Amino acid sequence: MMRKFLLLFGSLGLILSSPAFAQVHEFMLDNGMKVLVKEDHRAPVVVSQVWYKVGSSYEPNGITGISHVLEHMMFKGTDKHGPGEFSRIIAENGGRENAFTGRDYTAYFQQLEKSRLAVSFELEADRMRNLTLPPEEFDKEVKVVMEERRLRTEDKPRALTMEQFNAAAYVSSPYHNPVIGWMNDLQNLRVDDLRPWYARWYAPNNATLVVVGDVEPQAVLQLARQYFGPLKPSELKPVKPRREMAQHGLRQIKVKAPAKLPYLLMGYKVPVLRTATEEWEPYALEVLASILSGSDSSRFPRELVREQQIAAGVDVGYGLYSRQAELFVIDATPAEGHTLEEVQQAIEVQLERVKTEPVSDDELARIKAQVVAGKVYELDSLFYQAMQIGMLETVGLGWRKLDEYVDRVRAITAEQVKAVANKYLIEDSLTIAVLEPQPLAASKAVTKPLTKNNKQGSKK
Amino acid sequence: MTRMQKTFVILVVAVLVVGLMFVGSRKTEKTQQAPVSQNGLQIETWKTGNGARVMYVHAPQLPMVDVRIVFDAGSARDGDTPGLASLTNSMLDQGAGEWDTNALAERFDSVGASFGSSTARDMAMVQLRSLTDAALLDKAMDTLVAILQQPHFKESELQRLRKQTLIALKNQQQSPSTIASKAFFKALYGDHPYATPTIGTRESVSRLQRQDLLAFYKRYYVAENAVVAIVGDVDKAQAHQLVEKLLGKLPKGKHAEALPAATPLAQAERKLLAHPSSQTHILVGQLGMKRNDADYFTLYVGNHILGGSGFGSRIMEEIREKRGLAYSSYSYFSPMRVEGPFVMGLQTRNDKRDEALALLDQTLRKFIEEGPTAEELEHAKKNITGGFPLRIDSNRDIVDYIAMIGFYDLPLDYLNTFNQKVNAVTIEQIKDAFARRIHPDRMLTVMVGKGVEE
Repeated sequence: MMRKFLLLFGSLGLILSSPAFAQVHEFMLDNGMKVLVKEDHRAPVVVSQVWYKVGSSYEPNGITGISHVLEHMMFKGTDKHGPGEFSRIIAENGGRENAFTGRDYTAYFQQLEKSRLAVSFELEADRMRNLTLPPEEFDKEVKVVMEERRLRTEDKPRALTMEQFNAAAYVSSPYHNPVIGWMNDLQNLRVDDLRPWYARWYAPNNATLVVVGDVEPQAVLQLARQYFGPLKPSELKPVKPRREMAQHGLRQIKVKAPAKLPYLLMGYKVPVLRTATEEWEPYALEVLASILSGSDSSRFPRELVREQQIAAGVDVGYGLYSRQAELFVIDATPAEGHTLEEVQQAIEVQLERVKTEPVSDDELARIKAQVVAGKVYELDSLFYQAMQIGMLETVGLGWRKLDEYVDRVRAITAEQVKAVANKYLIEDSLTIAVLEPQPLAASKAVTKPLTKNNKQGSKK
Repeated sequence: MTRMQKTFVILVVAVLVVGLMFVGSRKTEKTQQAPVSQNGLQIETWKTGNGARVMYVHAPQLPMVDVRIVFDAGSARDGDTPGLASLTNSMLDQGAGEWDTNALAERFDSVGASFGSSTARDMAMVQLRSLTDAALLDKAMDTLVAILQQPHFKESELQRLRKQTLIALKNQQQSPSTIASKAFFKALYGDHPYATPTIGTRESVSRLQRQDLLAFYKRYYVAENAVVAIVGDVDKAQAHQLVEKLLGKLPKGKHAEALPAATPLAQAERKLLAHPSSQTHILVGQLGMKRNDADYFTLYVGNHILGGSGFGSRIMEEIREKRGLAYSSYSYFSPMRVEGPFVMGLQTRNDKRDEALALLDQTLRKFIEEGPTAEELEHAKKNITGGFPLRIDSNRDIVDYIAMIGFYDLPLDYLNTFNQKVNAVTIEQIKDAFARRIHPDRMLTVMVGKGVEE
């Protein structure tokens, strides 16, 4: 494999000139697969990622979680490579690999010493179209996913609250459903549900290959043509928009679960880059989120945690790169001796302030300084760079949006921050969830010395 | 970390990954590293006038620098007040020099620097990432100097952090994995300083006073007890200046005392803790190895095959791949100053816990009796050595590595001889080391879940 790769370089006589640092090279294969390559010659390594335009937001009810289960099954073999072979071969080449599923994408990656890139291409191309989906493997793997759901959600009171919160806030948007799927849907999922899902979405014209590392773009293109080029494209039917319906007033829910600490979630419906009518608005929301929370000098940690000491923690979550409209989420844990109501009131006072007073020049300057520095720091991780490129491409924004980020954020004014606060942080589009802790079973410890006779798991 | 940077981290966390890969190898080989040229990593080291050890790697490719200062001031130094080391470390940036907590945070944020501090059992650290533009770096460094040399330990800030810690402790009580891990350390280490949780206990944190923190700071945050790691776009002369500025005025002091030896369990023990979770969290283990253990590479490679390398490792095969019993299943050695733990772990639905526990035991026994196959060993070596460049492919990874090498006094060529040492490991050595070191009849088993007490 390694040999083939080296020969390829030699025989094509490519000029290995390296273009400007940090530039993305974009190519399109004849079958519609997009190839994006970014050179980074700091170390003799490469990260390769294949991104598919499918995730939980593509799923109809009844089969929620299917994209993620399919992601697991992608390691269970093709005609050419049996179950587990993929991972074995990557490991034998010193690679690290994994995959992840989100609302808007499913992606597979390998990190390798640079000469092994062809190994990754061959295997990824193979499983893009030739997955066997053995029923006996499915039966075991769907159990693994149910254990994963128990681990990540069922036994974590905050995660459970977040899941209920999303289900209340989003009604017609597919973001209503958890990425991992509802337990009942997982219990009733069959391997035959996966076959059409795989056939529909796993095709070169629905995929983007992202390669970042110590590589030469034309050589990567040649290699991509060799392995991915022969794959047949699918006919892709357009996806229905499934936009979230308008909300007509406050929604509030309560979640009861065994826990020690109460927890508050407040989410306002806001646009993202793909849905915004004014393109500056999502950037203004980014700045607003940073004014409130995120670094130690922002308002929530300073005023609610350190000065008023009403909250043990308050955070803001907003991402402007989703496919569908998002929530501007504030989550908080009360400090000892304070209630959720008090925390909520204190948050509301802060929100009122950003609606009425312009944020200070110093605050804006700090956020902009962090954004500029962050752009340099992110170059320390190949994986992060590839992740950003792949995500923006896959949600339909295009990787070029990444280059605009710093300038767009720097252009945001105090007036614009105030304007988005007034326009979007309104009660009629708000959903609130509270976690009301239920008693945990008394944790009585039992310690037993074990004798030879009763020791666990002895061989019979 | 700024919120903007955090956005992507959150996205990554919000997505579901097919497996918790390399759980074991990550913990074993604590830092993942990053590589460099064919000559390996060029580490330069020297001591400051007052005795701090400096580890430096020149990485001029990006206009940024990472600085990490590690003190032998982890929770192993807590004495009879668990949480002291951690609280002392957390107080460093809560007011220092001429600045209060808010002013310190503003100073870092205004130059886009990211500051962090943390405490583990062996070490306490502070770290800074900054751009190397002179004006920005100077402001960040002046701030860090105050944090290291002139922390206030103000009473009002201490009260706040104490309350925060108590909330964090409550949060841990709703996490079965944290409950299991704390019970495991407590039972395994008994009277040893590793037994107590780094965060402390409710009782101890409630009674810690300002003078306790001040005394701890004066004893342990001294030059002789410090290792500084620097990686970035600063030349050696600049690195010298930086270190002198940061630590030059710290008292010389003395290195921390040697830690007591840990005593292995005399017999098997079980800790069963009821928790209303749908899964039982299982940890099985015993004392493992030291960071500079003579058997380090043998146990590391052996564990890679047993349960340290995710898919393809024996535990993962038996528990997850063959039976679908768990999402995550692994084994690891956590090498520390004194013997850190050897742990096998998984989480499975409550009604499968006996089956899963028996499988862990069988898998371990078989591995100790038979050792790895030649094919397994060959495969593990290819995996570990072939992926070597990935270990040190970022400044972040390099800082992790050189700080660790400096702190534990590993040879400077640790990384450059890494592959060679891995390749030298034999089946017989693995069998021998596991037989000598790992005792299936004297394991500690911790289970947290519903109905475990029956």
